[in-house]
Amino acid sequence: MKQEKDLRYYAKVHSVETFGAVDGPGIRFVLFLQGCHLECKYCHNRDTWDINGGSYKSLDELFYKIIRYKNYIFPNGGVTVTGGEPLLQAKFILELFKKLKKEGIHTCIDTSGIIALTDDVKEVLKYTDLVLLDIKHIDDEKCKELVGKSNKLELEFAKYLSNNNIPIWIRQVLIPGYTDEEQDLYKLKDFISSLKTVEKVEFLPYHSIGEFKWKKLGFKYLLEGVPQATDKDIARAKKILNFRDVP
Amino acid sequence: MKFEQWNGFANGDWQTEINVRDFIQRNYTPYEGDSSFLAGPTEKTKKLWDEVLELYKKEHDSEGGVLDIDTKTVSTVASHEAGYIDKDLEDIVGLQTDAPLKRAIMPFGGIRIVEKSCEAYGRKVDEEVEEIFHKYRKTHNDGVFSVYTPDIRAARSSHLITGLPDGYGRGRIIGDYRRVALYGVDVLIEEKKQELDVLNVDELTEEVIRQREETSEQISALQALKVMASKYGFDISKPATNAKEAVQWLYFGYLGAIKDQNGAAMSLGRTSSFLDIYFERDLKNGTLTEEEAQEIMDHFIMKLRLVRFLRTPEYNELFSGDPVWVTESIGGIGIDGRTLVTKNSFRILHTLENLGPAPEPNLTVLWSTRLPEGFKKYTTKLSIETSSIQYENDDLMRITLGDDYGIACCVSPMKIGKQMQFFGARANLAKTLLYAINGGKDEKTGKQVTPKYEAITSEYLDYNEVMEKFDQMMDYVAKIYIKALNAIHYMHDKYSYEAIEMALHDKDILRTMACGIAGLSVVADSLSAIKYAKVKVIRDENGLAVDYEVEGDFPKFGNDDDRVDQIAVDITKTFMNKLRKHQTYRNSKHTLSILTITSNVVYGKATGNTPDGRRAGEPFGPGANPLHGRDTNGALAVMNSIAKLPFDSAEDGISYTFSITPGTLGKTEKERVNNLTNMLDGYFKQTGHHINVNVFDRSLLEDAMEHPEKYPQLTIRVSGYAVHFTKLTREQQLDVIHRTIHERI
Repeated sequence: MKQEKDLRYYAKVHSVETFGAVDGPGIRFVLFLQGCHLECKYCHNRDTWDINGGSYKSLDELFYKIIRYKNYIFPNGGVTVTGGEPLLQAKFILELFKKLKKEGIHTCIDTSGIIALTDDVKEVLKYTDLVLLDIKHIDDEKCKELVGKSNKLELEFAKYLSNNNIPIWIRQVLIPGYTDEEQDLYKLKDFISSLKTVEKVEFLPYHSIGEFKWKKLGFKYLLEGVPQATDKDIARAKKILNFRDVP
Repeated sequence: MKFEQWNGFANGDWQTEINVRDFIQRNYTPYEGDSSFLAGPTEKTKKLWDEVLELYKKEHDSEGGVLDIDTKTVSTVASHEAGYIDKDLEDIVGLQTDAPLKRAIMPFGGIRIVEKSCEAYGRKVDEEVEEIFHKYRKTHNDGVFSVYTPDIRAARSSHLITGLPDGYGRGRIIGDYRRVALYGVDVLIEEKKQELDVLNVDELTEEVIRQREETSEQISALQALKVMASKYGFDISKPATNAKEAVQWLYFGYLGAIKDQNGAAMSLGRTSSFLDIYFERDLKNGTLTEEEAQEIMDHFIMKLRLVRFLRTPEYNELFSGDPVWVTESIGGIGIDGRTLVTKNSFRILHTLENLGPAPEPNLTVLWSTRLPEGFKKYTTKLSIETSSIQYENDDLMRITLGDDYGIACCVSPMKIGKQMQFFGARANLAKTLLYAINGGKDEKTGKQVTPKYEAITSEYLDYNEVMEKFDQMMDYVAKIYIKALNAIHYMHDKYSYEAIEMALHDKDILRTMACGIAGLSVVADSLSAIKYAKVKVIRDENGLAVDYEVEGDFPKFGNDDDRVDQIAVDITKTFMNKLRKHQTYRNSKHTLSILTITSNVVYGKATGNTPDGRRAGEPFGPGANPLHGRDTNGALAVMNSIAKLPFDSAEDGISYTFSITPGTLGKTEKERVNNLTNMLDGYFKQTGHHINVNVFDRSLLEDAMEHPEKYPQLTIRVSGYAVHFTKLTREQQLDVIHRTIHERI
């Protein structure tokens, strides 16, 4: 694979899902970009990490593909770019979102926010209608342990979104014994309360369905034996946060 | 014409001629609201339904799932005495025989089939009946086999053409049962007598003689219908007076048809909004409450859930789960722009809640992007809860069929009372491709089935060479196919004419010769592999191509990739044009469907390894579906691929079966309903024709396989119909489970 592609017009793509109904409002075309700089132990898409994996797709090709689904994503759906960490390819997303906005298509990024607020990223956010912000862990030490990186950038990212009036859906994967401690959940609540643009808070129950992908790639699954989060666990966390979803 | 039963209805042409559409248009009340007006089941309904469930259980526990057979009475419109579930509880009466779920024998289609069926369920046909039909009365089946040519027989036994209705009733004819309610039978008889008079012409040609004979038979059938109704204490010679009578009269019309014919698909038509006019009149007059209206519909639907035919276990392999395709078409938009959704469209769907899910009647929503929101949301909500509804594109069909058509069987649209079809099962195009490669030799037996063509001898398949030979082989198959169908339908008309159904048609009707394709996605993928990858041929010691090795990747149907989708489009058009070259029986219009019902399993079983890497014996994708697991871009990509298939070249319908887990469809019920609604809008804007919607988790089906007793009403949609999952064969259950169920992890 050639490396000298113009990264404004080419993206490293893992895959696409033409019918996404759980990554933002309505029916969404979900673009999975390849490459991630985090090492989340619970990742269910381990195969999206390798920055050298995936394949290059051109802006035009992807844009044309997305337009083919206009009939489904209107009136209240759109496009969600996820990954991997999509903002590693901010230059590309910027060009894509510019084109999508011209077509009146709702744009959404699913990110960890653990990324520097470069000019490129800020520019992308101008064309972003919604950010699904996956808060990895509210406690910095635990965050480093769980995903290999500090949460400092992430919290700054969240504040930037809030200050710039960009709607946020907060997400957190609820992992029994890792992210569900009461004190952390209260801390999370405080942080969320400090943000002005949060429309929704979602807890995603941890499941080990992605385990096979780790094994397939020859890696040891790091959360072996951790129980899946139950409906009860989710209900408990929700109760602690007591955050009313803005519909 | 003038009847006091018509008081309160707006006047129109319908009073001077048989014209149900005109009656509907002048009298119906479009309903734009939501489902909040609906009433739950009454005590009477609950009690009666419990009795039906008890009967189901007995039936299920009986040998072969057949409760009882009347082996003595040859079934005709008026053959049996009245039968009841529980006479005092039933708002709507009438059974096919004198007891519920007791199956009737219909030997005019073929005596041997009847004998085989009876034997399969531990019974024996009455000796007198056997004597009559062996010695004195020729059947449809005898007729067909007396004229079949050797080439037809060869194509048939090698499964190049399969599922032909040469041993069973062709079905797929919809009588306009509404006429019975609106006009009463006497008017209909009078009309047919006038038609006879029109047919009193100077030249008594073969055509005219046949028409006169058929019309006479129609008159006799209508008279028999009155006799049948009188056994239940009803005089249906005059129009129905109120809603309850309208439902009863209409049902008697339908009951006549299912007593007369064991047709593969015995569809009901488009009746619910017609009936709504009667319900509205009674509600307005204060003679009926909403509870009572719903009760009548619930009882009507119970009757439709009790329809049974006697069929052989082999038939069950083709179309399993005892389907009868009591297809009812609901909703749609009129050509004047008003919705044809009425309150009764809701009531008929509401039976899925009052009585629980069920495969029959085959509830078919005629979807338009302009349907009222409340109706859209109600149907998708029910789909999510019951997996019992199919959807077809009214915006697409209305263009050529107007606004009073209905679906026969699964996907075949026809103008009610003005059109019928000669059902033609399907040609196995995947096998045709293998024959092209092997010069007409069967890939499994090595037998020369077609005349000898030059086989391909190269190590690697060349796209142009394959296409040229495939084209020739399609020519041959199209020819044999139409030959077979002409023979079949000539004999069906002659020995097993559907007199009561045709009595509820106009004199001059459009007949279609409804051909079909099986294995379209296998062919498209195979040709794509040959074109875009390298396909090496593996031959056995006799030089017969028996397997293929694909080197490299290739575009696969179901991913919205034009490179392969266009191949599927071209094949459809090409095959259709080849069919058009052949003269059809009664000058019927050639049409084509891409529909397999559950037979994708048996067709796959009969077909060897294919150049796309599919292994011998593996099922095809049902209908126009991609082969399982080949679609990797999600559900909408599949829909876009299928929507490319041209309805112009496949006017008899293009079937897509879609399954998704609830969690993938959305996080909350509201989201799921909205997403499914938008998905259907999108698919139909994209010009998709048909979609079955299933919403379930794979684990549920797996559990139902192990513990069928826990799931007596679990219903799923297969290609074009719905079925009790537990009534499928194990093979078919596995096929359903292995199919793509769209799921997001």
